[in-house]
Amino acid sequence: MKNKSLLAKFASAPYTVWMCIFVIVPIALVVYYAFTDADGNFTFGNMTSIVEYGSTFLISLKLALISTVICLLMAYPVAYTISKMKQRRQSTMIMLVMLPMWMNFLIRTYAWMTILEGNGLINRFVRMLGGEGFSMINTDGAVVLGMVYNFLPYMILPIYTVLTKIEKSTIEAAQDLGANRLSVFRRVLLPMSIPGIISGITMVFVPAVSTFVISKLLGGGKTFLIGDIIENFFLGNTGTVNYNVGAALSLVLMILILISMTIMNHFDKDESSGGIM
Amino acid sequence: MENNRIIDLKNISISFDGEQILNDLNLYINDKEFITLLGPSGCGKTTTLRIIAGFLEPDEGKVIFDGKDITDMPPHKRQVNTIFQRYALFQHLNVYENIAFGLRIKKMKEPEIRKTVTEMLSLVNLSGFEKRNINSLSGGQQQRVAIARALAVRPRVLLLDEPLGALDLKLRKDMQVELKRIQQQMGITFVYVTHDQEEALSMSDTIVVMDGGVIQQIGTPIDIYNEPKNAFVADFIGESNIIDGIMHEDFVVEFSGHTFNCLDKGFNDGENVDVVIRPEDVDIVPIEKGMVCGEVTSVTFKGVHFEMIVDVDGFKWMIQTTDYVSEGTKIGIYVEPDAIHIMKKSKYSGLYGDYSSFSDEIEMLSDVTYEKEDSENEE
Repeated sequence: MKNKSLLAKFASAPYTVWMCIFVIVPIALVVYYAFTDADGNFTFGNMTSIVEYGSTFLISLKLALISTVICLLMAYPVAYTISKMKQRRQSTMIMLVMLPMWMNFLIRTYAWMTILEGNGLINRFVRMLGGEGFSMINTDGAVVLGMVYNFLPYMILPIYTVLTKIEKSTIEAAQDLGANRLSVFRRVLLPMSIPGIISGITMVFVPAVSTFVISKLLGGGKTFLIGDIIENFFLGNTGTVNYNVGAALSLVLMILILISMTIMNHFDKDESSGGIM
Repeated sequence: MENNRIIDLKNISISFDGEQILNDLNLYINDKEFITLLGPSGCGKTTTLRIIAGFLEPDEGKVIFDGKDITDMPPHKRQVNTIFQRYALFQHLNVYENIAFGLRIKKMKEPEIRKTVTEMLSLVNLSGFEKRNINSLSGGQQQRVAIARALAVRPRVLLLDEPLGALDLKLRKDMQVELKRIQQQMGITFVYVTHDQEEALSMSDTIVVMDGGVIQQIGTPIDIYNEPKNAFVADFIGESNIIDGIMHEDFVVEFSGHTFNCLDKGFNDGENVDVVIRPEDVDIVPIEKGMVCGEVTSVTFKGVHFEMIVDVDGFKWMIQTTDYVSEGTKIGIYVEPDAIHIMKKSKYSGLYGDYSSFSDEIEMLSDVTYEKEDSENEE
């Protein structure tokens, strides 16, 4: 037994080292910078200075929430439809859902720029038909579109997975007991797919709330998210480089994400193992 | 009797992917009876059940329930409930909520729900399990919850699709007794599907033997066992020696080179027939007293009796006896007239009833492939 655990330790060593260097140490550094000033003295100054970015936090949360809700509303019917298809069709459809992910994230977002631009594909098409053309890029809407487009597969896949795991006979049992289509959905399908919905929400919300590429490319500097501010503090694009405030912002964002994930997981536990506690 | 019928299946035909599953099936089910659809996998018994439940719509034919045509009625409006082979419980709800499911859809008041759930739990001997999580229950307990859940909505008919298939032997026996008790206590109709002939014999009021989408015989367990209509039924229900014979006249039949008296009549003189003799009805006697003679080729101890294969002029009989005879012994065989059952020739003649290639192992192996086919059919 002891030998085995030694072996296990040995085998997991590369991963442990990797995790230490690239996860634990950076987090420790973030914490260190967040609570020190430029000279390395302990301070709460960074944390208190964050208050002025409160509105940016709110915008980030708002856009991420909107994107997550849109993703959920779009993904559920898609996942449900796919899960009802014949096995071979299902694999094809899932491959199609994942297909965009084979392309680089940046390239896909750039593609949306050329579509939405003032002289982009849509506007050129509209003008060809004699229309006026719209300004679409550099708006909150464009940022939300970018988020939904990029993160939608992460919502579809987990929901699809839980839906395929629900046995057909469970649905039949519900119908058998008098449930019509709506009741079956409300009382069986939806509650049974909550674990998938929760992982979907986490997988969409977390990257959406912290993104800076999408807002930069599709928001064009008008929609400023918390990710953009952090980036600026570290790279100094618009002002002076300030690792300390940047680290403090990252830390607060991380804590916000952790809190929302804990709340979500709590829901999950409630649903799947109700009676045990 | 007409107004006593609760379900009437008329000329039901259905096929999947060009394969005919049910072929012009006619069956009526009386109120409050325990009826069993018995047959090998792929015989159409589960399909019949799913048509009654409303999960399948027949290509042709009608389903009459209590005098009304319900062929097009969706499952949630039918007064029948199903017990599924793999329970199909709601994993996200506890025991109480599972049983309350149908009652909540009926918008029943909470005190009434509580009363019904408590009543149902005591009916299936699970009192005190209200708050338990479904995943913490054993297979037998889950099946009890499924039964309670279905009975809570007071169905007129309960459909049971191989409900004990996933349980071990001991538990299965207990549950058989319990299901029969529940059926009598509730006073409702049970339509039970199984491929286990013993289960069918011990629980049913009426057995419907099916094969190839066609009903082979309908009758009481005793009728089905003692008076099988053809070689398929004789072989499927219990063990049978099925021997080619010639009916000389009423009450006289010749087979295995000997003329026997029997109790059957109504055949043409000289008609070729199938003769059924149950292994437990054969007596072993000294050679000189035997009607026919044979050599014991194998003996297996089965607990209650010995099972031996006896070679009579190349045809292998199975005999069950409590008297031990060693392999290689030559014995005489004696059969009472009432142990002989004569059947008309059918398309099943010659397919069953000879134990030349008999082996327990082969039978078990073929059972396994049956199971697999069955689950595919259900999809």
